Amino acid sequence: MLTAVLLFLPLAAALLLLFIKGAAARALALGASLLEFGLAVYAAFAFKATGTVAFNLNYAWISSAGINFHLGLDGLSLLLVLLTTFLVPLILLSAFKHKYDNPSTFYALVLFMQTGLLGVFMSLDAFLFYFFWEVALIPIYFLAGAWGGERRVAVTLKFFLYTVVGSLLMLAGFVYLYLQTGPAAGSLAQHSSELSAFYSLKLSAAEQSWLFWLIFAAFAVKMPIFPFHTWQPDTYTEAPAPATMLLSGIMLKMGIYGTMRWLLPVLPLGVSQWGFLVVILSVIGIIYGAIIAIRQRDLKRLIAYSSLSHVGLMAAGVFSLTQIGLQGVVIQMLAHGVNVVGMFFVADAIERRTGTRYIPDLGGLTRRTPILSVCFLVMLLSTVALPLTGGFVGEFLLLAGVYQYNAWVGAVAGLTIIFSAVYLLRMFQRVMLGPDSAFSETITDLTGSELLILVPLIALVFWLGLFPNSFLHISEPAVINLLSLVGR
Amino acid sequence: MQETVLPGANAPYSTLLYVLIPLLPFLGFLLNGLLNRKLSGTVAGLIGSATVLGSFLISVMLFLNFEYQYTVQLFDWISVGSLQIPFQYQIDQLSLIMLLLVTGVGFLIHVYSIGYMHHDENVGKFFSFLNLFIFSMLLLVMGANFVILFIGWEGVGLCSYLLIGFWNKNTAYNNAAKKAFIINRIGDLGFLLGIFLIYLTFDSVQYAEVFQKASTMQIGTGVITAITLLLFVGAMGKSAQLPLYTWLPDAMAGPTPVSALIHAATMVTAGIYMVLRANVLFTLAPDTLQVVAIVGAATALFAATIGLAQNDIKKVLAYSTVSQLGYMFLALGVMGYSTSLFHVLTHAFFKALMFLGAGSVIHAMSNEQDLRRMGGLRKALPITFLTFLIGCLAISGIPPFSGFFSKDEILAHAFEHNKVLWAMGLLTAFLTAFYMFRLLFLAFFGEFRGTAEQKHHLHESPASMTFPLIVLAVLAAVGGFMGAPMFTGGHHYLAEYLAPIFTYSQRLLPAAFNAEPDHNTELMLMGLSVAAGLLGIILAYVFYVVRAQRPAEEEAQRSGPESLVYHKYYIDELYNAVFTRPIMALSNGLYKFVENGIINPVVGVFGRAVNGGGTLLRYVQTGAVETYLILMVIGIVLILGLNFGRF
Repeated sequence: MLTAVLLFLPLAAALLLLFIKGAAARALALGASLLEFGLAVYAAFAFKATGTVAFNLNYAWISSAGINFHLGLDGLSLLLVLLTTFLVPLILLSAFKHKYDNPSTFYALVLFMQTGLLGVFMSLDAFLFYFFWEVALIPIYFLAGAWGGERRVAVTLKFFLYTVVGSLLMLAGFVYLYLQTGPAAGSLAQHSSELSAFYSLKLSAAEQSWLFWLIFAAFAVKMPIFPFHTWQPDTYTEAPAPATMLLSGIMLKMGIYGTMRWLLPVLPLGVSQWGFLVVILSVIGIIYGAIIAIRQRDLKRLIAYSSLSHVGLMAAGVFSLTQIGLQGVVIQMLAHGVNVVGMFFVADAIERRTGTRYIPDLGGLTRRTPILSVCFLVMLLSTVALPLTGGFVGEFLLLAGVYQYNAWVGAVAGLTIIFSAVYLLRMFQRVMLGPDSAFSETITDLTGSELLILVPLIALVFWLGLFPNSFLHISEPAVINLLSLVGR
Repeated sequence: MQETVLPGANAPYSTLLYVLIPLLPFLGFLLNGLLNRKLSGTVAGLIGSATVLGSFLISVMLFLNFEYQYTVQLFDWISVGSLQIPFQYQIDQLSLIMLLLVTGVGFLIHVYSIGYMHHDENVGKFFSFLNLFIFSMLLLVMGANFVILFIGWEGVGLCSYLLIGFWNKNTAYNNAAKKAFIINRIGDLGFLLGIFLIYLTFDSVQYAEVFQKASTMQIGTGVITAITLLLFVGAMGKSAQLPLYTWLPDAMAGPTPVSALIHAATMVTAGIYMVLRANVLFTLAPDTLQVVAIVGAATALFAATIGLAQNDIKKVLAYSTVSQLGYMFLALGVMGYSTSLFHVLTHAFFKALMFLGAGSVIHAMSNEQDLRRMGGLRKALPITFLTFLIGCLAISGIPPFSGFFSKDEILAHAFEHNKVLWAMGLLTAFLTAFYMFRLLFLAFFGEFRGTAEQKHHLHESPASMTFPLIVLAVLAAVGGFMGAPMFTGGHHYLAEYLAPIFTYSQRLLPAAFNAEPDHNTELMLMGLSVAAGLLGIILAYVFYVVRAQRPAEEEAQRSGPESLVYHKYYIDELYNAVFTRPIMALSNGLYKFVENGIINPVVGVFGRAVNGGGTLLRYVQTGAVETYLILMVIGIVLILGLNFGRF
């Protein structure tokens, strides 16, 4: 039942928001998202990390076809539900900082998006998963397309086409898999789209080989993996700040999560055939994104390429198929979610104050903004994986996993710790330090309500850095299950 | 001799006491950080100093009551399968010595900073960073596994970054800070890969377990050579060895107490600490030791030659630090492990002393750092002069000052191992004595060469600054007696105290530990090194006092070799041309030609192919979001509702 409430509460709030305006709309949106977070925290406390799926909710949806409305949480999905419900209230708060047209609709779309995301993380039926996968795309399309920057229409269309094509390929793959399944126990339908039915499929290596790319297409675009990434920097840059946070903080985890849940255990032979290629592409992405980030002059675009680089490492960790690498992915999904939302928020805070995010126009901001500087620095240091931040634990485990997979690949992937320092310290220096710019004397420091957003993020950065075990324990059985399925 | 490190239950004091050692400076960091500008400079300085003093007192207590090695478990930090990384301290002879060094010298430098940073508007921020540095350094030396060491390792790197760029309005300073961080990160990658290989080899990252398992391995095992080489890459970055040393001279952009504490006495010796910690592994890898010795000797000599021609008082000291660090690695490479730590300690005394002395001079000279503008300062700054003189005598290896003992021991070890390395060391000793006394004579002797205004302002520094100078001068003068050579009738307390740290190494290669030159050779070597030092001093005296030579001005014509040394062999220019500029060009090139020239257009073609879909979409795009939303929601509700209705 809890999963159903988690799923529909944001949707219900989104519907209500269509009829409410002004301060009440804000209160409703924020209240609903906080309640949702409370529920997720409750779920986390009620959850026992035993390796079984908790909070099962399973109804026949299209019973004649063996398609079920099946939700449930294991350690992996629980952590992503926690991340999503933790970030959405903060993203809403950051949206309150802007004067958007039709604010109620904006908030409604954010909450609608939340339902889609949670559906993706909780679905245990292939078609249900696909359904939410597409649902999540709709609100973000409108958020970016209607409230974005000048080039928003072209950019959003590119994003939309890109992801829809990927998704359709995945759907085709799912349909093929579905047709290979037998009837589920006690079901009249000939086939079943249950996750468990997919897991028990015995497909030839040849079938798995091409199915791998059909299904991976959707995930590779969503993450995104080099060279399927070109929608990402444009979209991140043009979308309004809260939408960028949704995209980078949560949505890209759909691709990683999808790979872990719907690809690796379903097509183990396909993975063993193509895994190395994907690792190589991912590592190219790490270096490629990092090097391009160095000379970017738009604050948001720089962070976008940084994110591309970091996602590459996560993807490599997924395909390392080591326990250390996969646990690294889990921690890094959380840490990256926090870091990137924090970075985009800081960039937004600077843009709201100065009216620009063009780096050469900025500089010398730190002297009037000590609090902003500290917050910026913390987020930056977690992004460059400084120990005792969440980013370190994530990248340490990821690099260790990739190193275990292949020492040379691990060494090249490790270059990220050098390059991330290069582009981020360069950015920090040019934005915050140095001689006065036009804004040095007039810029104001963070307000209390902005700290309300950054303080929870910073707290989580250090919690992840100091006590990662509190999360690693939750996901450990799920990761071990996953590895045993892949190794079958 | 005790073989194993006892688990935490055997810690003689409550865990809280051990937590306090790094926690006190951390609290100082928080307090000064949060109350920056609300506290007066003196109060901020007192908070900063008091917290470090607290850690020092606890360390002294632990040191005095130390009986056996043990670990203190705080909590389980990272656990993934067999990768178990507890947050754990290890208290043993090595960590205790380092604790005393870091908190002791750290405290003196904090006190000094009260006077030195008095006029700075961000003095609270300064002490906050300085305390954060002590916190990180303490984690570095107290950790019971390689990953805790790495926390401290990167933490001190961050503090170094923050403090080098402390005056962040200045772009050159900011660049120096960034450069320090990035070059250190290159080393850190090596370190990190070394840790991964340690884990894969030993299934653990805990010192006790790794070293115990390693002690049963064969000398020359390939994987150990790989591990130690990777670790050494980390050490080269942190301890500024060839080819990763270029950040350290630039790091002099930071306030002078920072140079004394971080870039002379403590942080830069972390690389030596790491090798000492992992001495079993290095003993197992003679090839790596050979590399360490060669890099050390080469760095010592190379940096010393640059020191000959520097005119910035802090730059001379910086190259001298690089050079002395080279000595320490030379000692490690020839398996003079305790000798290396001996030099870490004596160097911390005399180099911190000289940096603080330089700070006192800079303070008196209204921020002038150019030796060409100084002269005759011994009259106006008598305490600074006398203490600085002691530092110069110590670093030049003149008995009975501390540097004599440690340097002599290094050269003796090197002599036993390899005559070429020894000769390089001896030559370095001569050069060191020359350029240090060149500095001393240029600054403190002759006529004053600064402006009249500077002359008017000349003053001895306040007590908060001269007190640390005097304490350090005493240590620099007599510190060597903790390791006086046996045959002189002295007692090598330090080597004896540290022996348990090297138990495994000693068992693996007893010969290397027992090798001692006979007394006549030892006396001869000692005579040679003292002669080299004296010769350097005399030459400097002839050049800069008797003949009163002055270094040429910036624009003066220089001969080829002179110019080469003056411009530091153009290494920075070389790195710029080979690394920095190509990467910048690559960044632009990838963005323009690959990202926007190939990948994006290819996708564009693909996009136009599905343009049919795009056109269709455009019809639906009326622009009113509410319409979409309502349509969408109705659709969803219909789908869900219709299907649920079926059962």
